Amino acid sequence: MSSFNRPLLASSALIPAPTLCFEEVSFSQEDKLLLGPCSFTLQGTGPTLVMGPNGAGKSLLLRLAHGLLAPTQGEVTWSSDLRPRQAMVFQQPVLLRRSAVANLTHALAVNNVPRRTRVKLACDALERFGLSACTNTPARVLSGGEQQRLALARAWVLSPQVLFLDEPTSALDPAAIKAVEAAVREFHQRGTRIVMTTHDLHQARRLAGDVLFLSGGKVREHTPAAAFFNGPVSREAQAYIAGELVE
Amino acid sequence: MENNNAFYVALSLLLDFDASLVQIVALSLQVSILAVLIAAVLGFPLGAAVALWRFPGRGGVIVLLNALMGLPPVVAGLMVYLLLSRAGPLGDWGLLFTPGAMVIAQVVLVLPILAALSRQKVEELLGEYREQFVSLGMSRPRMMPTLLWDARFALLTILLAGFGRASAEVGAVMMVGGNIDGVTRVMTTAIVLETGKGNLPLALGLGIVLLMLVMLINAGVYLVGELTRRRTG
Amino acid sequence: MTKMVNLLFAGVTSLGLAFTAYAGDYITLASTTSTENSGLFDAVVPKFEDATGIEVRVVAVGTGQAFEIARRGDADSLLVHDTTGEQRFVENGHASERADVMYNDFVLIGPADDPANIRGTQSAAEAFAAIANATAPFTSRGDDSGTHRAELRLWEKAGVEPDRDWYRELGSGMGPTLNTAAAMNAYVLSDRATWVAFGNRQNLTLLFEGDDVLFNQYGSLLLSEEKHPHLKHDLARRWHDWLVSGEGQQAITHFRVDGQQLFFPNAK
Repeated sequence: MSSFNRPLLASSALIPAPTLCFEEVSFSQEDKLLLGPCSFTLQGTGPTLVMGPNGAGKSLLLRLAHGLLAPTQGEVTWSSDLRPRQAMVFQQPVLLRRSAVANLTHALAVNNVPRRTRVKLACDALERFGLSACTNTPARVLSGGEQQRLALARAWVLSPQVLFLDEPTSALDPAAIKAVEAAVREFHQRGTRIVMTTHDLHQARRLAGDVLFLSGGKVREHTPAAAFFNGPVSREAQAYIAGELVE
Repeated sequence: MENNNAFYVALSLLLDFDASLVQIVALSLQVSILAVLIAAVLGFPLGAAVALWRFPGRGGVIVLLNALMGLPPVVAGLMVYLLLSRAGPLGDWGLLFTPGAMVIAQVVLVLPILAALSRQKVEELLGEYREQFVSLGMSRPRMMPTLLWDARFALLTILLAGFGRASAEVGAVMMVGGNIDGVTRVMTTAIVLETGKGNLPLALGLGIVLLMLVMLINAGVYLVGELTRRRTG
Repeated sequence: MTKMVNLLFAGVTSLGLAFTAYAGDYITLASTTSTENSGLFDAVVPKFEDATGIEVRVVAVGTGQAFEIARRGDADSLLVHDTTGEQRFVENGHASERADVMYNDFVLIGPADDPANIRGTQSAAEAFAAIANATAPFTSRGDDSGTHRAELRLWEKAGVEPDRDWYRELGSGMGPTLNTAAAMNAYVLSDRATWVAFGNRQNLTLLFEGDDVLFNQYGSLLLSEEKHPHLKHDLARRWHDWLVSGEGQQAITHFRVDGQQLFFPNAK
């Protein structure tokens, strides 16, 4: 909430992205273990791509990391004293029933950005994501690709130190996918820690700095991207890359 | 035959712009609109709060609100009457048989409708928005205005439902207003009075005027809603 | 947006003004539907208001409810037609003073073809007995009003216990009861004023009148200052005194519907 009391840093690339640490984290619902226990640390520059077959627990892991869900056991911790500023982009963007620009100013207002600077920041972000023409268009009538870009722009105005993306391109056409990937790179260049799930191997190859591979609710492998794609260690990851059906 | 007569009466009432009719219509609108506004200021946040917070007895509150939507107007009228009567707890206010008493009675009638229906709508919207809200770090009190604003078109329709109930009921305003000529006589109580006098065509004529009024308001709100919806989505 | 808020504010303010606009001297008078429905107050009250500048706000209900309103201290003055009840009201200390104001009479209304044949009867009691004998439908106010109380006394006089087969208790005011009687082609006891002013007679007609027991006295009551110190006793007294004054009595005499005098002043 109060994260915006700290100044927005244009040069935040100089500051190392906060480190995320999972310690024996598990999550169960109605006595059914859905994830974990898993332990890992996300450091280095990333971007971290979370991969694995459907039902492996990718989205769950993201929600635990972002704090949308509380772990049943274990702890999610950050290297910084304060919880870092973070944002999340969902598979289906959740946009308010207002204009594109109002979606951004709302997010800024919620984060206590002074009223007089909100519209300027929002318009800058819309321009950066190629949405200037839709400034006053109702967010809900934008195309799928535009909506996802608007969700990214909303994350952008918040200058997050960490950005989570949950299958952000799975419902988009190739041109829109390209725009989203470009946006992810921009966030990355600004020094934002990226944690993103995808089931698209090619996309992972294009974006990943390191890969966290999940299957059956367990972390099977956490390795730099090159190592993962060239020679996965775990049997599950080998099968996944080979295109086999993995449970 | 009787119907033609009543339509003729309604038409001539409107064309003559009868002064006492204008006063009755104006008072009806003032009382019901003010009651609905007050009920909205109280009821919408109440509905949103019940949608947002989990607390013991929440189910009971929801059942109560839903049940109160069907509260018979005379019962609301009787409760407000006993409250505002000189012998009652709020007798010192001296509000009985004034428009103020009618507003209070209609607030009692309309509030549960606004609260119960807005609770449903806000809860629906919250289901859709919840993760995004938590992601943005919003507290529950902060979610309330966002949800209410995003539900604005539904709330407008709910507001109209409340206005419909307020302007159409007769039992409560008759009891606490007293149907005093020139002071607390509204459309519905005037219709009851004219029916009592056996002036059925005039009573029906007044009814037609009331119906047209409600239709006019509905059409106006519909138009405004459509225009804004097209503009902001 | 600001414009909208301003507009809303202006609207609400004007609503508030409308409610405080009636700030002059006024009294609340609890009275009966018969006086209201006949139009008496429309003719008489403006004359009082012109003479004194005091507004009279009439709440017209059944006599029973009028007593209840006064007992709770919600009206400044009372004008009803149940002499027995009025006297009891004074005895019980709710009212300080009672005065005869005027009278009219009750009339027996029924279908024009008169199935119980009450046209030829000699007394009200005989007419009521004839209705019971014929088991012809009869609609009763059934609302503890002055008219209802008078009707119950007449059944007693006729020695008849009304039977639900033909006796319908409606729990309504005089006008709605007449509407129902018209629809059911039933007999009904009405005060003359409401009947003469009534516009939906259909097949109904006046069948019996003139018996002394049908005499219908109206009285004005001033309420107890001890029990209800907050009431506007001074203003109420001016209304009470005016009603029984020459001026008030004349106003009552001059009230006509279709050229017919409906209330007859008889203040002492």
